[in-house]
Amino acid sequence: MSALHIKKGASKHSAYNLRPTFSDVMERHTLAVLVENEPGVLARVIGLFSGRGYNIESLTVAEVDHTGHLSRITIVTTGTPQVIEQIKAQLGRIVPVHDVHDLTVEGASVERELAMLKVIGEGDKRVEALRLADIFRANVVDSTLNSFVFEITGAPEKIDAFADLMRPLGLSEIARTGVAALLRGD
Amino acid sequence: MVVQALKDQGVDTVFGYPGGAVLPIYDEIFQQNDIRHILVRHEQGAVHAAEGYARSTGKPGVALVTSGPGATNAVTGLTDALMDSIPIIVLTGQVPTFMIGSDAFQEADTVGITRPCTKHNWLVKETDQLAATLHEAFHVATAGRPGPVLIDIPKDVQFATGKYAPPKPSTSHYQPRLKGDMEEITELVAAMETAKRPIFYTGGGVINSGPAASQLLRELVDATGFPITSTLMGLGAYPASGKNWLGMLGMHGLYEANLAMHDCDLMINIGARFDDRITGRIDAFSPKSIKAHIDIDPSSINKVIKADIPIVGDVAHVLEDILKVWKSRGRKTNAEAVAKWMGVIDGWRSKNCLAYTNSETSIKPQYALERLEALTKDRKDRFICTEVGQHQMWAAQFLGFEDPNHWMTSGGLGTMGYGFPASIGVQMAHPDALVINVAGEASWLMNMQELGTAAQYRLPVKQFILNNERLGMVRQWQELLHGERYSHSWSEALPDFVKLAEAFGAKGILCKDPADLDDAIMEMIEYDGPVIFDCLVEKHENCFPMIPSGKAHNEMLLGEAETQGVIDAKGSILV
Repeated sequence: MSALHIKKGASKHSAYNLRPTFSDVMERHTLAVLVENEPGVLARVIGLFSGRGYNIESLTVAEVDHTGHLSRITIVTTGTPQVIEQIKAQLGRIVPVHDVHDLTVEGASVERELAMLKVIGEGDKRVEALRLADIFRANVVDSTLNSFVFEITGAPEKIDAFADLMRPLGLSEIARTGVAALLRGD
Repeated sequence: MVVQALKDQGVDTVFGYPGGAVLPIYDEIFQQNDIRHILVRHEQGAVHAAEGYARSTGKPGVALVTSGPGATNAVTGLTDALMDSIPIIVLTGQVPTFMIGSDAFQEADTVGITRPCTKHNWLVKETDQLAATLHEAFHVATAGRPGPVLIDIPKDVQFATGKYAPPKPSTSHYQPRLKGDMEEITELVAAMETAKRPIFYTGGGVINSGPAASQLLRELVDATGFPITSTLMGLGAYPASGKNWLGMLGMHGLYEANLAMHDCDLMINIGARFDDRITGRIDAFSPKSIKAHIDIDPSSINKVIKADIPIVGDVAHVLEDILKVWKSRGRKTNAEAVAKWMGVIDGWRSKNCLAYTNSETSIKPQYALERLEALTKDRKDRFICTEVGQHQMWAAQFLGFEDPNHWMTSGGLGTMGYGFPASIGVQMAHPDALVINVAGEASWLMNMQELGTAAQYRLPVKQFILNNERLGMVRQWQELLHGERYSHSWSEALPDFVKLAEAFGAKGILCKDPADLDDAIMEMIEYDGPVIFDCLVEKHENCFPMIPSGKAHNEMLLGEAETQGVIDAKGSILV
């Protein structure tokens, strides 16, 4: 069935591995879920996670195909292999879900997140913040005499690292978009 | 437009209750004669009746209720249908679109409330979308794993006139796969050829797949000679009189069925979902077997029990392919080993796990059901509904089902109050059939208002109440688990059921002497109209066999053995 992305032929060769080994190891997976852009569809996805006790580390959603009324939800989740398989199967069961891709198993993927950080400080701290921002290729999108707003794009770990460095330099606020991800290559 | 869409979908009966937000639809219903509307006495009853209709016909059931309280009262029925995969369509009225969100009179966020308890739901805000949404709802409810759907229709959309389009084959992307993977099917057939201790474990999915699935199952079981057991929901797919039938499995299943599940080397799960009532302790569940799992819903596979041979597909399609492959490979089985296996099972069967001590002075509930079975089993048109509790398990143990769609019970959700309205739905679908609801007095009281419905339409539903003046299953658990402290598990201030029946113009029968039982049952069957049969039974009878919570299949309790302390602290937190 297409919504579940189970390929014709052997199901064990599909992205939906129906023969997992049950293990207790927690894994982090990035799922890309293509959904019909209709009212309530995000609530269905979120309700599934809260109702069945799954984790959401990050979730982003936006329309990606205006004519086809499709939105792409990127979810970063953690769980044992069995739980991850359940999450995918349960997502596939939601009627307006067209496709579920597990970017973590389907091949190498790129993950990017955008964050904005407000740093308040004066003197050396201000200079240091600007210098580090340069190293991290963060842009200054707003500036006053005692504050900057930096915009940074990158893998979540890079943003974590940047935020850690900004903290002693006067980090006062941070806004993150959550992860967007695509498979590499064609 | 709504009524036209229902007609075009082949609907002949709607169960409902009017209210302000559905008046335009009721006005249309008034002005036509093709669809019968059955006025229930509570919206929960409408949904359960639709479930009974659906379960006994294989067609989707339809309920129509108003906004706000009408919709919230439907929630239990929707959840029940979701758990048991019953296709129903519930139409709810809604306040006009321009008033949504204003806390209007009888407004509720119906699609929000019912999102987790429906397979899918829709709020239709544009009249032009209404017809297509209604048709799509029938597709979603019945395609793949069936389930309840809900359409919320604001009152202004009901009043407006729009374009009506008749149903056409669904073009939506929701097209669940029906055919199983041939590679996996071949692997299963190969396992069947060599298995020494095989067993079929079947569930409600066989019934949902349609009559062809039951036919194919019977052919496969009889041709291979493998034993077969079934869940509560799957009873009737294989006939109880069949020679390979082991009886129901699970918490209150038969000893031979559960031990066969525990010791088998090949388990073939067809349309069942390894429910916790079936598996008992997961890590001790059938430790030595290869497990094949056939299910149309991929999320059922590996959810609870790891499947060695997973097959995603519709039961009828998969069984057809299994038979085809098995025959083409020469119809092989390990006949000698299977015969030996049947011998082992016969040894377990000789325990006679359903044995009970009968009494000459009081009616044992098991005896009441044995007599009911003896006096009604020859009727092909017998349909049985149940409520939830001890009586339900006894009914599953002591009544034999020969055909699918003749057994309506609330399995997954365990809804007390299901049986009576369900029996009304069954009787509407089968006007001349013998429809019996085996009930406990406490469950029955939960939807007793439907006596008004049964009386109004003169539906000859037989309410066979095993009255022990207790919440029997709760009492049993309190006896086993909570030091015999029977907290609030008795039925105080019960009505006089005979007078209650008469007050509604129905017939009431009271029976308390085992010697009178047969005559009383015959009187119930022969009466043309609704009957409440108040069968006063032994008050402290426990339902055995039983696998206590947190125990494995081979740790079953049989009969009135010493049952104290059998459930450890870990097990007692399970329900």
